[in-house]
Amino acid sequence: MSTRRFGERIERNADAALLRGEGSFIDDIDLPGALHAAFARSTVARAKLRSVDVSAAEALDGVVRVYTCENIGALDAPLPLLIPAPDLTHPKTQRPLARDDVFYVGQCIAMVVAVDRYVAEDAVRLIEIDYDPLPVEMDLDKAVMDDAPRVHPDVPNNVAGRFCVETGDTDAAFAEAEHVTRIRVRLERSTAAPLECRAIAARWEAVTGELTVWDSTQSTLSVRGGLASLFRIDEDKVRVIAPNVGGGFGQKIMMFHPDEMLVPLAAMELGRPVKYIEDRVENFIGASQERAQIHTLEIAAMKDGRVIGLRDDFLHDTGAFIPYGVAVALVSATSIAGPYRIPNFRVTFRPVYLPAVQVTPYRGCGRPHACYAIERAMDQLAGELGLDRFEVRRRNFIGKDEFPYLREGLIFADGLHVSHDSGAYEEALETLCRTIDVDGFRAAQAAAREEGRYLGLGLGFYVEGTGLGPYEGGHVKIHPITGKVYVNTGLTDQGQGHETVFAQIAAEQTGARVDDVIVVEGDTGAFEWGVATFASRAAVCSGNAIHMAAVKARAQIVEAAANMMECSQEDIELRDGAAWVKGTDRSATLAEIATATNPLRYAFNKPSASATQFAPASRHDGPQLAEGRTPGIEATDYYSPPHATWAFGAHAAVIEVDPELCTIEVRRYVCIHDCGRMINPTIVEGQVMGGIAQGVGGAFYERCEFDEDGTPLNANFMDFLMPYATEVPDVEILHSETPTPLNPLGVKGVGEAGTIPVAQVYASAVEDALRPFGIAPIREAPLTPDAIHRMLRQARKS
Amino acid sequence: MKPALFEYVAPRSVEEALDALAGDEMARPLAGGQSLIPTMNFRIAAPSTLVDLRRIGALEARAVEGDVIRVGAMTRQRDLERDEAVRRANPLIAEVLGNVAHIVIRNRGTVGGSIAHADAAAELPCMLVATGGSVVARSTGGERTIAAEELFLFHMTTALEPGELLTEVRIPALPPRTGYAFQEVARRHGDYALAGVCALVTLRDGVCSAVRLAACGIASKPTRLAAAETALLGAPPEGEALADAAEAARECVTAGDDRQAGLDYRSDLVAALVRRTVAKAAGRVEGRA
Amino acid sequence: MAGRIGQGTPPRPSPDPRVAVSMTVNGERIEREVSPRMLLSDFIRHELRLTGTHVGCEHGVCGCCTVIIDGHAGRSCLAFAVQADGAEIRTIESVAGPDGSLHPVQRAFRECHGLQCGYCTPGFVMAIVDYLEGNEDPDLSDDAIRAVLSGNLCRCTGYKNIVAAFRRSAALMRGAG
Repeated sequence: MSTRRFGERIERNADAALLRGEGSFIDDIDLPGALHAAFARSTVARAKLRSVDVSAAEALDGVVRVYTCENIGALDAPLPLLIPAPDLTHPKTQRPLARDDVFYVGQCIAMVVAVDRYVAEDAVRLIEIDYDPLPVEMDLDKAVMDDAPRVHPDVPNNVAGRFCVETGDTDAAFAEAEHVTRIRVRLERSTAAPLECRAIAARWEAVTGELTVWDSTQSTLSVRGGLASLFRIDEDKVRVIAPNVGGGFGQKIMMFHPDEMLVPLAAMELGRPVKYIEDRVENFIGASQERAQIHTLEIAAMKDGRVIGLRDDFLHDTGAFIPYGVAVALVSATSIAGPYRIPNFRVTFRPVYLPAVQVTPYRGCGRPHACYAIERAMDQLAGELGLDRFEVRRRNFIGKDEFPYLREGLIFADGLHVSHDSGAYEEALETLCRTIDVDGFRAAQAAAREEGRYLGLGLGFYVEGTGLGPYEGGHVKIHPITGKVYVNTGLTDQGQGHETVFAQIAAEQTGARVDDVIVVEGDTGAFEWGVATFASRAAVCSGNAIHMAAVKARAQIVEAAANMMECSQEDIELRDGAAWVKGTDRSATLAEIATATNPLRYAFNKPSASATQFAPASRHDGPQLAEGRTPGIEATDYYSPPHATWAFGAHAAVIEVDPELCTIEVRRYVCIHDCGRMINPTIVEGQVMGGIAQGVGGAFYERCEFDEDGTPLNANFMDFLMPYATEVPDVEILHSETPTPLNPLGVKGVGEAGTIPVAQVYASAVEDALRPFGIAPIREAPLTPDAIHRMLRQARKS
Repeated sequence: MKPALFEYVAPRSVEEALDALAGDEMARPLAGGQSLIPTMNFRIAAPSTLVDLRRIGALEARAVEGDVIRVGAMTRQRDLERDEAVRRANPLIAEVLGNVAHIVIRNRGTVGGSIAHADAAAELPCMLVATGGSVVARSTGGERTIAAEELFLFHMTTALEPGELLTEVRIPALPPRTGYAFQEVARRHGDYALAGVCALVTLRDGVCSAVRLAACGIASKPTRLAAAETALLGAPPEGEALADAAEAARECVTAGDDRQAGLDYRSDLVAALVRRTVAKAAGRVEGRA
Repeated sequence: MAGRIGQGTPPRPSPDPRVAVSMTVNGERIEREVSPRMLLSDFIRHELRLTGTHVGCEHGVCGCCTVIIDGHAGRSCLAFAVQADGAEIRTIESVAGPDGSLHPVQRAFRECHGLQCGYCTPGFVMAIVDYLEGNEDPDLSDDAIRAVLSGNLCRCTGYKNIVAAFRRSAALMRGAG
């Protein structure tokens, strides 16, 4: 039997409890005596606040406190700008509760704390808010005009800053070009919509001065740092726990949403635990969103299809505030060349304020936008040059022998350079073409057309800079009594399976059974160094840190086991929760080894008796813990990546379009993905498939809609069309495994990958299907039946 | 998203329910709650009193009596869908119900509730119009029967008077030599229709001796496609007559542009759906090869 | 199963008259006084402390709160606790054996990696348990399974593995595997 754990399809440790309904999400935590919060939110996109009258709400039976900007003390200040940047010349962040002005529908104006959520909502409706509405411009293109109404009076053209990134000599490339392709593409605003909305609970222990916060956040450590700073409490008195979190997808990396400060404040002031469980409408109007950009892209090509230069200018909707800096837009800008060499390019962009909830990363974080822009352009280039879509890509891929491929001068969202570390792009495309059988498809397409049916083949290639720094840590310890391996890191899990893949990494080195590895994260009380879960970085950063710590632990185990069994270290092998002398049946369990390396005074069980002071095995002449040694089996290490590691993949789909009903049917969807070495292929596939489903949402169903006054039009699950099982195709997932040389495990990130190319795949397939009708190229995502109808109608007219 | 306060009664007879409704214009009957409770959770609706009908066993009765299927208003949609006797009497009903939301919603949603809710894009009201069904309405003043085409006045508005309770839905059995079909286009499976068409085609000697067509999602209420029916009468359900019927159906489309579909798109949809449902219905006429 | 239902929070002062309800939850007889407006989902979660039933939208779309009411899967956010007076309710806590051993549907989800964050999972499990218990010979084609699963949203898995879990559940419930 194989003793390998790394790379195996192992069932998840966390599942049984979740399946029995024994998960512990924030609202599942029983805090006796807890009060419940609800918010009065702006119903107007942009207005001066004439008055906020909370007297009737305060008088309602069951209401304990109503907070406005007037009674939150030092918290009444703009929230921090989390990621400053020199070119972000006009940064704006919001206040926890509005003062004088509101900037979007959904902005928090007052917080009611009451005996339960029902009464809190009753009270919210008793708060009288008098608005003096101001004009707004919701169209991203028009918002930058000189005469557009300003979201912030001191920000001309609503532009938060002007940014430029460049590699090579773009102007020279365009001067040399034989052909220039120009396109303009538009992506709509959307939202992550995790099924557990945001949630927070806080408890203040006045006796000890300790604040405990349960937060469905992706970043417990950052929230702790922020709260310690805001409330001037030492870090060791603030504990932030993210228990089970019902999906995050980036929305829960943003902090602080106002409740994350106000709920702890209320708990401290009122002396009772306070909970805020965001509801679905609040999640649609008050939690971070993403995705809207308009790109104007030009690519400079030679007649043979080689692209030698690219210029992109894009507008990025950042919402009414920009607390997360330009992370999303910067990722778009630096990912614009995709898997292609394109040695010279310049991207200019402007984050634009619109009176809507702020934009911060959502799964993909700028990459789906860049992918849509460049891939739409590559399709167009192929058409204009009369080349096959696949062939144009082949001629531009960074070749297998060209890695690492440095994009000189570009700085990625981690502040480090952009260098594609490893890959096999052309090989991946070949596998994809073979699997989907491009020639066979063309025959099927022709035959279908004879019957009046329209099939199209869509294609999208993507790269993803993953595993961003700065660093994560790993702590590995073996419990002396149970022999279980206890692993910590500073991350949080939202369902990605950290508890299983980190257990596999630790088990691979220590020989423990995977289900004997206890992974505890998402708790600042368990491990207090690290950053957060975002940017497809958990496996890369924490995975390698845990691996490095486990390697150290392994050395300790092997040394101790060799001493205990009086053999050489080379003769020790670790498996099945024990150290074995190779070729014999002699073994010592991890519990025995952990016990033996921890000199004891008291005996708790049989193995521990052998570690007490009079036991023969622990007889020493000197100190029982030798100088320089630490007790037990325990190690900590940290991994800090030199720069992002670039995963990649390609998707292809066969889509049938019904030109009468303007509906689509995905006949086949194939994905090939490469995230370096896979720790657990089943989990990788789950991540890829989940990402694709979110991509399908963005390709054909989901967008956040507003009327021209800035009022959200579909802030609920009836009108925001998240796909059901009936809308998401079955996907054939193929793997390619090109290890990265950048980290010891050879792994790259996978969390966001699936989402990236789907809108392009749908667009190119529908375009291919409807080619006989002569439709205009598709330039907007999401595509809709109504849009297909308009294109067909337009084509028939012309 | 918690509802506002209300009073609650759960009477055991229709009479008690009518008494409870009669005294209070803001009172609302509660059937399956699958449409009403969401609007209450959003606080769009805030009835003073909910008169829960679940204890009134008489409202759950259903029977196939000759050429009429009598369905108690509190019949759960899923129960009607799976009722073999009903399926034999009129298989259109199950075909339509398969498009109503999702199984778990149909488990609790009632037939009377959906019809009284009268969403202009809903499938059951469209089916009732197409089949020429009716409802029985009772009040403290007595009982009356309202034909489907008189019942639906506007989106979410019916001819039911305050204090009047829909107690029974009457759906004609499928007539002899008649085929049926329902088809809709929705953004997602189970969503309300952008447009849906229900067709009943009766053939005699290869030509349409009777045609009933109704559509949902295309106007402010479920709509008979009368001109389309006329175009098919006396003609075979194909070729030019069918094309004419499809074109004629367009004039019934009055729903303005909304966020999912423009007027032009809905017009094209209803035309295409008329062609497809009529062809399918005609193909299902028993004895027709 | 006895003893797994909590006592809930003490009643609060309110102008809201209470209505007595009694029902059977997971085989245990429950008697409580509730506000008429208390949603069944909140009643199950906060009064009975059965927190495995989750709340994802409170307007009946996501399916996270699905429980079995009188033998039929239904949304607990689209019912008031008072409507469940006299009813028999099953929640996710009743699905596994008393010793915690997983039900075939739960085993299938684990084997097929049919869950990630686990928030939607209890709703899917309840809908599938109800469906498969009521259909001895279910249509196991992809389209048929997806139609049954529609009505429950999952944001993590992309459904592929839930479809597989449905198929596997059907096999396990028939005693195969």
